[in-house]
Amino acid sequence: MRLVIPLMITFVAGMIMILQFFVPATQSMGESLQEWYMIVASAAIFLGAINLLNVHIHKIRFKAKNWKYSPVTIAGFAVMIITGLFLGIEPGRPFDFMFTQMMVPMGATMFSLLAFFVASAAFRAFRANNWRATLLLVSAFVVMLGRVPIGAMIWSKIPGISEWIMQVPNLAGQRAVMIGAAMGMVATSLRMIFGIERSYLGGAD
Amino acid sequence: MSWTFVGIWLGALLSLSLYSFLYKDNPFYKFAEHLFVGMSAGYWVIYNIKNVLIPNWWNNLVPAEGGFQPIWLIPGTLALFMLLRIVPKLSSLSRMSLSLIVGTGAGLSLTAMLQTNALAQVNGTIIALGQGGDLLSWISNIIIVTGVVCGLVYFFFSKAHTGVVGGAANIGITILMVAFGASFGYTVMARISLLIGQTQFLLFEWLPTMGIHL
Repeated sequence: MRLVIPLMITFVAGMIMILQFFVPATQSMGESLQEWYMIVASAAIFLGAINLLNVHIHKIRFKAKNWKYSPVTIAGFAVMIITGLFLGIEPGRPFDFMFTQMMVPMGATMFSLLAFFVASAAFRAFRANNWRATLLLVSAFVVMLGRVPIGAMIWSKIPGISEWIMQVPNLAGQRAVMIGAAMGMVATSLRMIFGIERSYLGGAD
Repeated sequence: MSWTFVGIWLGALLSLSLYSFLYKDNPFYKFAEHLFVGMSAGYWVIYNIKNVLIPNWWNNLVPAEGGFQPIWLIPGTLALFMLLRIVPKLSSLSRMSLSLIVGTGAGLSLTAMLQTNALAQVNGTIIALGQGGDLLSWISNIIIVTGVVCGLVYFFFSKAHTGVVGGAANIGITILMVAFGASFGYTVMARISLLIGQTQFLLFEWLPTMGIHL
């Protein structure tokens, strides 16, 4: 029984979602289930937040490595929660101010840092050992060059070639990956719905 | 001192703290990193309450026009079960919630992926080779059709990659290498554009607050 009920829920929920696509009469049931799905899945965010607080409180209590920064995380979390809950989230409110003036610049900076790391990793890993590796290198280089003004300054046709690479060979490759991934997803979904794949229940058989 | 001024300084100092990691790991970076993690978690919790739970759950449970809809207690209870994962004795109840998420997600993604990522892409690949008219269009269309078919052959592992299958798989690898190179270049440029944006913010918004105009 420990596994039967969860497996039955998975089967029923999965079948309703598939059926609502083909049987119009089950569409409203599918829509309601999607709303239920969002509500239940949203609890995972709370679970993550509780876990984050738990980890940092634990770090402070046992004075683990870098524990001095844990109060910063807890304070950041608390300030966002308090301002969001009690002062509103509309534009102009403290919550929105902290989002636009602190979180957005920090997020952009974090992602822009990746430019350095990716460039550094590429410099170390990219080696034109064979003609296919060279092709990858050339393709990446032309696409990058085609997106900056210096590319057109070197040769006026570079932006066009870059666009062609994106629109033709890249499209073909991405399509093959997408179709392959979709097939994999369909197979995995069916395995889950029919209870063959159960690892999400904790690996129990 | 206006709030805009405070906002620019906060954004600039936090950005510089994060960029300081390029030199080496340091307390300024760690401070900004921890603050970002905490604020992001808080932001998503509030976003979730205001944009998911209130409109989808609370407004259905207690509609504005009055009345009480007990059926909506079920997803609420399942959401609560999910949180019970942190209580070891009751954590098995979270399996019910997880099952609903997995079942609905699997059913939803099965049809959606099949429709958008498989059938629509196959449909997009079935093109007249002469479409476009000129020689470049011919070549491009042949590359698209051959690339997709050979790329799929490369991903088909149920048959040994020898003979014709091996030849097709080889063409597939070549197309995939070009595609991965292009995707890599595109991703790097997206990051570079963020870097340019942040640099412009520091140079043209933050420096002028100190009277430095470039």
